[in-house]
Amino acid sequence: MIAVKINDLTKKYKDTVAVNGLSLEISEGEIFSLLGTNGAGKTTTIKMLSCLTDPTSGDAEIFGKSIKNDIIDVKRLIAVSPQETAVAPGLSVRENLELMCGIYRFDRKKSENKIREMTEIFSLSKIENKKAGKLSGGWQRRLSIAMALISEPRLLFLDEPTLGLDVIARRELHDTIRRLAGHTTIILTTHYLDEAEALSDRIGIMCAGKLLICDTAENIKGKTGTNSFEEAFIRMVSEAEK
Amino acid sequence: MRFLTFAKRTSKEILRDPLNLAFGLGFPVVILLLLTAIQANIPVSLFEIDRLAPGICIFGLSFMTLFSATVISKDRGSSLLARLYTTPMRSADFMLGYTLPIIPIAVVQSIVCFLVALALGLTPTVNIIYCVLFIIPISIFFISLGLLCGSIFNDKQVGGICGALLTNLCAFLSGIWFDLELIGGAFKKIAYALPFVHAVELERAVFNGAFSEALPHLLWVVGYAAAGLTVAILCFLHQMKRK
Repeated sequence: MIAVKINDLTKKYKDTVAVNGLSLEISEGEIFSLLGTNGAGKTTTIKMLSCLTDPTSGDAEIFGKSIKNDIIDVKRLIAVSPQETAVAPGLSVRENLELMCGIYRFDRKKSENKIREMTEIFSLSKIENKKAGKLSGGWQRRLSIAMALISEPRLLFLDEPTLGLDVIARRELHDTIRRLAGHTTIILTTHYLDEAEALSDRIGIMCAGKLLICDTAENIKGKTGTNSFEEAFIRMVSEAEK
Repeated sequence: MRFLTFAKRTSKEILRDPLNLAFGLGFPVVILLLLTAIQANIPVSLFEIDRLAPGICIFGLSFMTLFSATVISKDRGSSLLARLYTTPMRSADFMLGYTLPIIPIAVVQSIVCFLVALALGLTPTVNIIYCVLFIIPISIFFISLGLLCGSIFNDKQVGGICGALLTNLCAFLSGIWFDLELIGGAFKKIAYALPFVHAVELERAVFNGAFSEALPHLLWVVGYAAAGLTVAILCFLHQMKRK
């Protein structure tokens, strides 16, 4: 099944074209990475797909629901873990998870089960009663992702999920993302090219609002005639910027 | 009932900040004690406890503006609001979730003020209960100002504008500290065109049982509350779209 179908999506800000005629399909259960240099249009694309900003033209369907016409339906299907940690600082870890359960109208039993599941997956049980605002950046990020996952989204946006995490925490998060593959569709943006290569089924590279290529990491290396994905990325972007 | 979940979260964020409790509940009580002490030494009719207590209750509400503005501006500054915008929460859930939890805080604040005032010699009357009830529409006006400021300014600006400017505006233009008749002229006209003095006179009239006198003041306050809420909602929706 097609999870995301993007059709000629464009976003203009006054004289700047942030996203220029983006068309793309992502299958259900796929881990798709969106890469690009700063200002390439990745965040704007995610903002449009998550209904945070309206497209100037074009449309996209999330499991058949339009981001322009079926906003509330789309919001029931997605969850976003923003680039900056998005937690309620005055609430405890558990209360943050309860907040998300309440927003998605889970009953008491389901809330308990989901909170238990998330605290196990993200090893949050030891800090369950600590205020989120007092946690280190790494723990806040884990909580932030747990808050996104607790709603059982069919499509999960992870915007720079491992930014600021140490090596161990990063590896653990990679394992978690891999475990989600197959049943949750994930759109990931990252500046870590090795992360994108290791985790993604396919990778899209954007530059100046345009999608330059969309393929597996191996095929992108093959098409650019390079041995490493980093070289392939640099070559593609450099040529596009000329 | 998503707004109830969100309201619960808002109240926890406010009540867990000790500074909020100190300023919200403590500061009006300190002013009440201080002015009563002055009154004991230098009698001024304006500071007689029966006139002073309703005024201090209104002054205390300016902290409700600070509370609501701070919560919203902090949420906007972090990515929490961006996350919540991608959930099925509607704009009404946000507005109710920010407004409702502050109303009981305002009511408790006024009850504390009246209890302290009773201890200081306020005439015990059943009208005190009505005064507390009329705090509800007045508090909605103050909260709407907070929603508006929080939707426009960042948390540092909110501290200056709501914490310093608005509390002083409320103090000077409400006739709590000095009789507006003494200054008169344009100052008095401006003061009566704004809701602060009407809120104070509404409370004083209700305390004295003069309900017919209270009605025009109530209309001023309710009118400003409705206008404030409308503008605040429009601003919130505008910044929600911009996000």
